[in-house]
Amino acid sequence: MKLTLRVWRQRDAGAEGAMSTYEVDGISSDMSFLEMLDVLNEQLILSGEDPVAFDHDCREGICGACSLVINGDAHGPERTTTCQLHMRSFQDGDTIDIEPWRAAAFPVIKDLVVDRSAFDRIIQAGGYVTAPTGAAPEAHATPVPKADADFAFEHAECIGCGACVAACPNGAAMLFTSAKVNHLNVLPQGAPERETRVLDMVGQMDAEGFGGCTLTGECATACPKGIPLVSITRMNKEWLRATRKAGKR
Amino acid sequence: MARTMWDSSVGKKTVMAVSGLIMLLYLVAHMIGNLKIYFGAGEFNHYAHWLRTVGEPFMHYEWTLWLIRIVLVVAVVAHATSAYQLSRRDIKARPSKYVHSKPRASYATRTMRWGGVILGLFIVWHVLDLTTGTVHPGHFQHGHAYQNVVGDFSHWYSNVIYIVAMLALGLHIRHGFWSAAQTLGVGSRARDRALKTVANVLALLLTAGFIAVPVGVMTGVVS
Repeated sequence: MKLTLRVWRQRDAGAEGAMSTYEVDGISSDMSFLEMLDVLNEQLILSGEDPVAFDHDCREGICGACSLVINGDAHGPERTTTCQLHMRSFQDGDTIDIEPWRAAAFPVIKDLVVDRSAFDRIIQAGGYVTAPTGAAPEAHATPVPKADADFAFEHAECIGCGACVAACPNGAAMLFTSAKVNHLNVLPQGAPERETRVLDMVGQMDAEGFGGCTLTGECATACPKGIPLVSITRMNKEWLRATRKAGKR
Repeated sequence: MARTMWDSSVGKKTVMAVSGLIMLLYLVAHMIGNLKIYFGAGEFNHYAHWLRTVGEPFMHYEWTLWLIRIVLVVAVVAHATSAYQLSRRDIKARPSKYVHSKPRASYATRTMRWGGVILGLFIVWHVLDLTTGTVHPGHFQHGHAYQNVVGDFSHWYSNVIYIVAMLALGLHIRHGFWSAAQTLGVGSRARDRALKTVANVLALLLTAGFIAVPVGVMTGVVS
């Protein structure tokens, strides 16, 4: 395959960025999107140019490091992560636009790499349980209803890649935050911090400069792990419950 | 608790949802009342007069009406203020656009902000037109609601303003009602279709019901 790539190049956080055009040839349709970028970077290095910086780690769709907006879609045209997107999703001769996540809370560090530490601070605000560590507890000691376990697992699938923020026209982190809140709030292990968790995490989310939810549904469409839009509804419910309880105290 | 509400983006959305539902409830009553115009001047003007005497003798003349007006003004102001503040926040949160961008959300979703502005301006015009009579194009007379409505919709621009605003209202309710349910946490997978249907039915009925009045005057059914 022969492709034309238009890639966002930005030297550092303070620099002005722009789209640069590159040609790549000899791309196999079995390559992953990141392998295609590796080919581009080898080409750039050999010609003495600065390779394109992009985030990647596990390359098997579970770590949440890769983060590209491809032709206007977070993680590209398939419902998966960029590393699991294959070149068979494109045609020979295509022009592909590659941009970084766009959000005030995710500033560009270089080229296609953005700073997602705002997510870490949301997790630090309440995305944990205060449980004694040590050996694994006896599995039957704390019974969890099947429906709750399924619900928790569905939300635990969030890999924190930030595609929801990238896709949201308001740069909101509601889907990410709701996945984390719902995952722990439904379980008995998460019950002691049920109220403070949702209040603190939503508070941190606001403090980081993420936008609000206007229920366009873009986040859930972009999510490579299929976290549903209704997660946001559930978090709103938890938030209102916690606010009422805090008001009574 | 009020402070937590107002300081949080989720809390401000709650304010929008509740104030929106109050206005929606009022609009249903308003629309049904409007349709009495099809039963003639006597019944319509009698209804308009009754609106001022509701609750008597406990309430004084026009007390109930003013109570409703105060609730509505509070709802409009709360709704618009939180919408403005949330929109500012949203725009700031996404300062740079994608080079490759495509509109994806539905038309109703994308027009919430400007549709809301249109509705805000319409409310001002509507009160000046048919409550105070300030901008009424014909001969406005207090206490003659039927004649005022007929006189109003005999002018083409009154019809245009009114019908455009009612179409904007329908779109606003279509996305707004369903969104309010999500914000208040009552939406769920099982209820999603029902909520969307109710939103669409409400939007359609209100738009059709309100537009029926200028259409009635234009076609000569109401004269």
